[in-house]
Amino acid sequence: MTRKDITVAYLARVEGEGGLSIKIRDGAVAEVKLRIFEPPRFFEAFLRGRTFAEAPDITARICGICPVAYQTSAVNAMEHALSVQVPPEITALRRLLFCGEWIESHALHVFFLHAPDFLGYEDAIRMAADHGEVVQRALRMKKLGNEIMRIIGGREVHPVNFRVGGFYKAPARRDLAALAPELEWAYGCAVDAIPWAAGLTFPDFEQPYEFVALRNPDRYAIENGRLVSSRGIDAAVNDYLQWFNEEHVEHSNALHSVVSGRGPYHVGPLARFNLSFDQLPSPLQDAARAAGLVPPCLNPFKSLVVRVVELAYACGEALRLIRDYCPPDPPAVDCRPRGSTGHGWSEAPRGVLYHRYRLDDTGHIQDAKIVPPTAQNLRMMEADLRAFVAPRVDMPVDRLTWECEQAVRNYDPCISCATHFLKLDIQREG
Amino acid sequence: MAKTRKPTLAVWKFASCDGCQLSLLDCEDELLEVAAAVDIVNFVEASRAVAKGPYDISLVEGSITTPHDAERIHRVRRSSKLLVTIGACATAGGIQALRNFGNVKEYTSIVYASPQYIETLSKSTPISDHVFVDFELRGCPINKYQLLEVLGALVHGRRPVTPSYGVCVECKRRGHVCVAVAGGTPCLGPVTNAGCGALCPGFTRGCYGCFGPKPMPNTSALANYWSAGGMKRLDVVRAFRGFNASAEAFRRESELHDT
Ligand code: SF4
Ligand code: SF4
Repeated sequence: MTRKDITVAYLARVEGEGGLSIKIRDGAVAEVKLRIFEPPRFFEAFLRGRTFAEAPDITARICGICPVAYQTSAVNAMEHALSVQVPPEITALRRLLFCGEWIESHALHVFFLHAPDFLGYEDAIRMAADHGEVVQRALRMKKLGNEIMRIIGGREVHPVNFRVGGFYKAPARRDLAALAPELEWAYGCAVDAIPWAAGLTFPDFEQPYEFVALRNPDRYAIENGRLVSSRGIDAAVNDYLQWFNEEHVEHSNALHSVVSGRGPYHVGPLARFNLSFDQLPSPLQDAARAAGLVPPCLNPFKSLVVRVVELAYACGEALRLIRDYCPPDPPAVDCRPRGSTGHGWSEAPRGVLYHRYRLDDTGHIQDAKIVPPTAQNLRMMEADLRAFVAPRVDMPVDRLTWECEQAVRNYDPCISCATHFLKLDIQREG
Repeated sequence: MAKTRKPTLAVWKFASCDGCQLSLLDCEDELLEVAAAVDIVNFVEASRAVAKGPYDISLVEGSITTPHDAERIHRVRRSSKLLVTIGACATAGGIQALRNFGNVKEYTSIVYASPQYIETLSKSTPISDHVFVDFELRGCPINKYQLLEVLGALVHGRRPVTPSYGVCVECKRRGHVCVAVAGGTPCLGPVTNAGCGALCPGFTRGCYGCFGPKPMPNTSALANYWSAGGMKRLDVVRAFRGFNASAEAFRRESELHDT
């Protein structure tokens, strides 16, 4: 028997702790395991007994990379439970804050976590020696995303200004307006980066995905929408749990989300792009087409190019929102507790993030459920790895290992998020 | 002149949200400078290159929650000349230390379908409960400028300077209207360590204590003031049981009201 094992004890350039092992026996893939050893932190458990108003700040701490997504899904769910409608000015300001998170997160992932793979560097700092200008520009864009979060939310990680019903204080128009010139620069810079990204060399690999993402009737979905899929799902937020199931998979030691009765699915930038391409402004559609990127794009490695398109979109959208900005007055709507259940979701940079809370009459949480994007993608990641490795079993182990890591990083996985419902395999090498 | 070797820096993660180590990458203007001053040799969130120790400076994020991590932290300590803990998780056990007040078995079964797979300790504890810590940086998350101050100081062999007074001092300095006195909003500012720049009062909201207790905080005076104003007992408990619930002063005060 010939055997070849690919083991990555610690996956690098992902958020959180995970490892990867693939066993090849007699030229065939025998086993693929994404091991998650991020320790559990029990958020759903200790949310019980806390008040509805505390959920956005507490759940933000699940992930330091996408706190605004957690805060948004939490307030959406609570406002749903309390039957609160917020005025459009508040929704617009939330969307703007969210654009800041998209800009920060996408700039980080594209240029710092993913591009070094394609260019053959261990990390962005080493990449900076040869591609100084690319790294400098990326840092400047990332900083701009953080700046939006700082002005609206007070700080870039775990902003303090978000609350159920709206905001504690609306930012001044002039503070936001001051960002416009930098956003114009960033928009141009991101658009220019589309052909650069498309010019990288991508492994020849496609998968017959079911894409799942939020869709909004009048704009590219970020802070809310209906859930749609490329195979006919069209769901309102309270129906989420009817469409999806969590399955226990013996070999992987983890619970994986699947479409009920169908199988794994794909959430994230590639899903959004394929399902809502028509809602991108036409200059961006043209730029994507010119770079050879047209829906449906089935190559997960090209999610890097899609992130650049979304980065440009978020810059343009932030510009528009700042131009139209009208400070919400009052900054928040009154929220009265009542016993009910609320569901909420939003498009985190990595895909749909779903929350559900059951409240008692006094507004205390009785039960909470959170389904982060990475947990939804785990099953798909393993399927990708199987399909990817099969025709490449003869590659040198070093090369194949690196490419497998890269295939995992296609999903920008956030393992800190995924762990609150994963079972753990604590064995690890080293 | 002989070229001196750059100090090496390693970043370690335990139970956490990654937000504190992300603060290092959030130093966009300074990142390349930092990379020029220290050799970042172990930072898996950012690089696949990993070098063996010993390391001159280790930044440790996260709390200890599993038997394996309780051992791993000793290995990190042994391979580090200086060990700095960053954030509420590492310095106080973090939000996940709320388990310290509940039943962890019950918690496991709420979150996981097959709790027997979960290997976890009954408490989430700060790094300093396990090994000697050279310096602690507070906050959930830490303030990135404080992180730069710590790195700068350690590289130059001096003691980092961080405030040891309360949020109220920063709040007055910034000229914010007091949310507690003028607005009647419960605020942990009087007992919380400064470092954030009095962010929350600047947004007309009460401080929720994410930088943890200041030295010798008068938590009972604050709790009595709240109770006299009609705050319910369990709300007092919850106020102290946040992101630094297990920090000694906050834990003691919350337990006094949790009867
Ligand atoms: S202290 Fe707060 S921000 Fe830092 S890692 Fe822990 S949860 Fe995240
Ligand atoms: S005011 Fe308090 S809760 Fe707000 S950021 Fe500062 S220390 Fe944290």
